[in-house]
Amino acid sequence: MNIDIAVFLASMMVAATPVIFAAIGELVVEKSGVLNLGVEGMMITGAICGFILANATGSVFLGVVAAAIGGALLSLIFATLTQFLLSNQVATGLALTLFGIGLAALLGKPYEGVRVDVIQPISIPVLSDIPVLGTILFSHDPLLYFGLFIVFAVWWFLTKTRGGLILRAVGESHDAAHALGYNVVRVRILAIMFGGACAGLGGAYLSLLRVPQWTENVTAGVGWIALAIVVFASWKPGRLLIGAYLFGGIGFLQLHLQVENVPIPVEVLNASPYIATIIALVILSAGKSGRSNAAPAALGQPFHASR
Amino acid sequence: MTETLLAINGLTKAYPGVVANDDVSFEINRGEVHALLGENGAGKSTLVKAIYGLVKPDAGTMALNGVPYAPAEPSAARSAGVTMVFQHFSLFDALNVAENIALGMDHPPKMTDLAARIRDVSQGYGLPLDPDRIVGDLSAGERQRVEIIRCLLQDPKLLIMDEPTSVLTPQEVDILFATLRKLRDEGTSILYISHKLEEIRALCETATILRLGKVVGGCDPRETSAGDMAEMMVGSALKVPSKPEATTGDVRLSLTGLSAPAPHAFGTALRGITVDVMAGEVLGIGGVAGNGQDELLLAMSGEMPVNPQMIRLSGKPIGDWAVNTRRAAGLLAAPEERLGHAAAPVMSLTENAALTGTTRKGLASHGMINWARARAFAEDIIRSFDVRTPSAANAAQSLSGGNLQKFVIGREILQEPDVLVVNQPTWGVDASAAAAIRQALLDLASGGAAVIVISQDLDELMEISDRFAALNQGELSEPRPAKGLTVEDIGLMLGGASASEGQSA
Repeated sequence: MNIDIAVFLASMMVAATPVIFAAIGELVVEKSGVLNLGVEGMMITGAICGFILANATGSVFLGVVAAAIGGALLSLIFATLTQFLLSNQVATGLALTLFGIGLAALLGKPYEGVRVDVIQPISIPVLSDIPVLGTILFSHDPLLYFGLFIVFAVWWFLTKTRGGLILRAVGESHDAAHALGYNVVRVRILAIMFGGACAGLGGAYLSLLRVPQWTENVTAGVGWIALAIVVFASWKPGRLLIGAYLFGGIGFLQLHLQVENVPIPVEVLNASPYIATIIALVILSAGKSGRSNAAPAALGQPFHASR
Repeated sequence: MTETLLAINGLTKAYPGVVANDDVSFEINRGEVHALLGENGAGKSTLVKAIYGLVKPDAGTMALNGVPYAPAEPSAARSAGVTMVFQHFSLFDALNVAENIALGMDHPPKMTDLAARIRDVSQGYGLPLDPDRIVGDLSAGERQRVEIIRCLLQDPKLLIMDEPTSVLTPQEVDILFATLRKLRDEGTSILYISHKLEEIRALCETATILRLGKVVGGCDPRETSAGDMAEMMVGSALKVPSKPEATTGDVRLSLTGLSAPAPHAFGTALRGITVDVMAGEVLGIGGVAGNGQDELLLAMSGEMPVNPQMIRLSGKPIGDWAVNTRRAAGLLAAPEERLGHAAAPVMSLTENAALTGTTRKGLASHGMINWARARAFAEDIIRSFDVRTPSAANAAQSLSGGNLQKFVIGREILQEPDVLVVNQPTWGVDASAAAAIRQALLDLASGGAAVIVISQDLDELMEISDRFAALNQGELSEPRPAKGLTVEDIGLMLGGASASEGQSA
């Protein structure tokens, strides 16, 4: 078996992008102290919303916008239930996933087998002509670059800005943040909607780029791996990228092995990216139980201001 | 300096079922330290939250410098010059000192400038602080400094302090008082909430006393005795626990080189704790929070197993025994956290009684609970310890802190332990309930049990202990007879580090 290393790395970046979108959104949500297990549901809802609009308007760009809005709207259901009605976050998140998958299947029924224009790669002038590096880094579609930009922006926001400090404070101790006069519920709702929009973008990347036609269950568990990556990346954007690329890289490799008819059961190959990513991230985060790797202290706890 | 800074007029705030503040009026003058006194539940916290904009009063007005003042949120209060140091809940463990301070300011400067200002101001007031340290690693006294510096950086006109000394060593209290006097001399007014009357007598010029939400009077604490102020707070004379002369017997519990690693990231390791506790005596263990109190209780209760030889009960090595095995052998424990550790919040008092009482009270046989006996046990506790609750079927979380504390302590005492270990038995409990709990512990000891009281309240330990020892960073000092110990002695026992800091500052 022979794989061009440049093609491999480029494909790895493409395969990792949906996970990156979903995971970076969830990272912000969890940093604010909310555990939203509905990532898979928001992703697939974004995927179908994007697909429908791209099909109706012929504009991939409008499809991408619709996906972000669709994901954010679905997350607003979660936000209302958990932030105002104080429902259990775990149960509500699981229900959101089930609801999202069902909703996408319903909305997608008329579109089964329909094709749309996919997102086209752009070739960055000059840079994409660099041998090898050009193929790997500079000839992707714009959404992939946008995903990397969001990871950087989230890192910058969390570590450098006052807004990020407030968000981390809310996730650390909502009682203290409330006592200092910060609006805990507002911060959390905004974070949840950001997470929903990012998950929607991740879904659109699958439905508008990876698979050119609508298929039911297009996300196939990517939302769950995104959740796992957030935890094992110790809520750090940089480590999250490593996890996502590992997942994308092994995903590409195993497809290649399937095509080559390597004598390993297909089921094992299909499962391999999930298993390998989790093992790698566990090793990465093991033995470092220091405070900088700890979960946000208020993660998953409901907040109710007594006033 | 007799100008009025803050005038409160007819302030009223009601919650469902309880009027927290009922027509409260008083004035705070410029440059004075004004004490707000009252039992738990008297409405002190609600009142200061209203002044700080966290609670919106139902009726009444406030005026700051003669101008109507009605802060809608804390940032409005801060910009008017009112700041507050909280008793709990306002620091973020995982963030550093500078980030914590920036969160409490409305227009924080850039982080590098802020760090420099924190160093300046903290040195200037004798409260040295490193802006880069993670708050979770700081001692209680240092954490309080963070809050005070946060307030001072905003040039407050009024500084509200809610029970600031409950977690400090006597030396740290002296440093704090020196800072507060310096602030007062610079013209800042301080509203000081406490129920430690001697402190108020030492620091404050004026006092307003609340009882059940109403102002019941004011006084000059410098000229009023602590006993008179206590009577105004409680509304009747306070019964002080009577301590009989201890007659000690055999060694009941013996700790030998008890060491254990910290059970979690914010915990403290226990290091070579050695002490014997005799039948009939009360051993008081003092120390600033976070020096191993919780871990010591976990090791003795059996929640954190250790080497068998490290703990001996009447000579038998029990260090690796499980909780219920220890209970059967006569070693009982009541942890600090009432809701969630000592009692399951949503379960009824009967169920909570059964949770620890099953082994010694025979409440279960063949895996089936005898509910009639469990209820009788719960009702026995309620009767014997004057727990105010409609019935034993009420959930633990529906009780007030003091009543639930009486219940969880009473539950262990009525199981007739040979050795009882309690942590913070009267934390957050009002004076009359605290007196009842202390009396019960003394009676238990005079009945021949060995009692270990871990507490941060030094007055309490001096009142009931026969011997006193201090925990400092997981090590236990040599126990000394409590009689004749001075405040200075205790302060030095409590912590080499914080005491020497006190002298250098």
